Amino acid sequence: MSTPSVKSLTPEIAPRRARKPARLHPLPLRIMHWINAIAIFIMIGSGWKIYNDDVILGWLHFPDWIVIGKWAQYGLQWHFFGMWIFGLNGIAYLAYGVATGRFRQKLFPIRLREIFATVGDALRFRLTHDDLAVYNAVQKILYLGVILVGILIVITGLCLWKPVQFSELAAVFHGFQVIRIIHFLCMAAIVAFILVHVTLALLVPQSFVAMITGGPTMRGAPALAAAPAPVAPTPDSSQ
Amino acid sequence: MAIRPRKPPLFRPKKPIGRSVLKEHRKLIEAIDRRGVLRGTLSLGALALLTGCDVSEEPAVQSTLRAVSAWNDGVQSALFRKVHLAPTFSPSQVVKPPRFNAYYDIENVRPVDGGSWQLELAGRIADKRPWTARQIYRLPEQELIIRHICVEGWDYIGQWSGPNLRAFLERVGADLSAKYVYFICNDDYTESIDMACALHPQTILATKYAGAPIADPFGYPLRLRTSTKLGYKNAKWIRTIEVTNDFRETFWSKQGFNWFAGI
Repeated sequence: MSTPSVKSLTPEIAPRRARKPARLHPLPLRIMHWINAIAIFIMIGSGWKIYNDDVILGWLHFPDWIVIGKWAQYGLQWHFFGMWIFGLNGIAYLAYGVATGRFRQKLFPIRLREIFATVGDALRFRLTHDDLAVYNAVQKILYLGVILVGILIVITGLCLWKPVQFSELAAVFHGFQVIRIIHFLCMAAIVAFILVHVTLALLVPQSFVAMITGGPTMRGAPALAAAPAPVAPTPDSSQ
Repeated sequence: MAIRPRKPPLFRPKKPIGRSVLKEHRKLIEAIDRRGVLRGTLSLGALALLTGCDVSEEPAVQSTLRAVSAWNDGVQSALFRKVHLAPTFSPSQVVKPPRFNAYYDIENVRPVDGGSWQLELAGRIADKRPWTARQIYRLPEQELIIRHICVEGWDYIGQWSGPNLRAFLERVGADLSAKYVYFICNDDYTESIDMACALHPQTILATKYAGAPIADPFGYPLRLRTSTKLGYKNAKWIRTIEVTNDFRETFWSKQGFNWFAGI
């Protein structure tokens, strides 16, 4: 991989004052990540319990041992408890990502050519993951996608909870059952993401460890540095 | 055709695993017989059944969850828009008959005799004289074609009519600054709503469905229908209406369902 790592930052963005070197995953981010993991676990497990009371797909009924809450009211209690953790933590995460420039740096730009190159590499099992600090195009799409799905699941959740108080918002979706189905599909997308995310994190253990310890320290400025150059080795695609 | 050497599978380590591991643990491996596995699985299953008594029921957990549910009551009350109307629909979208739901099956509904039935009034109400069905059915009617949403997730559009609850409460001299309107039903079901909901323009004491008197399973002769609460808040077969400042748990809230249940 010809990716210039974050080490090759230009001198003008080097830190002006001495401070603790930033890590790949700064502490606030790690805390929010694991709070989110717990919140998602609660929301999905209890959501499955709520779903079971009026299934959308006739063949799909989540078994009792996998859902959270033995009775309907417990499922509801967990869901409306977990929503605060998921929602508030999510807002904090979005604010952090925008304010520190982390989103801009990590998730953008996403280039079409880069996507094809990464997918090609992945299909030929040539995907290297030697620089944890830089996401490839597929990772960028998946992370950005799951953030957007997370936002949509909160919006549809609010519409299911308050279809009358938020009737203007709910009207966008044309009908209560449509909102339910979108909410359900968002859940399915998040579950699919988690399966891939957890599998890959375990296959590349240093990425999993990094989310606990913070990972390698980043020389130069913390997360606020310039956007990394794209993975594609063509010279014209660099800024 | 030459057979190409197979690439190592993705999930297999590049170096082969030493066979010595197997030798060292031969005893253990031999001990794992079918019966042992079966026994182990069964005890795991038993453990799962034991844990099946759900952490939600632990007193500390349950009181935390209920505290959050009570907090959510307050949040919902703050979010409530007093004169914001729920979407209404056209008569062609109305589902007939309405969908039945109660804490028992439809076969077990005990019909109310409209001739001898009386509505009792209690609490902070000036004129507590009981009402007969005939008297109530003579009051001016309001029609609502609104969506019924059940906590389970299903919904349907229904066409309800009957006296507006606010107008009725004003007529009998109820204290509109009280906190709750509490309903006791003929099947001993209890339900209560906050006063803001009771005074909402789309809250009625329904006597008719799709222009005809409500059928027995759906609450004849009198039931509540509000556009701003989940289905279970809409008490059927109402026997007593009480205006009160005392919060009392209701049939479902006692069992842990959210009390406010606003939509």
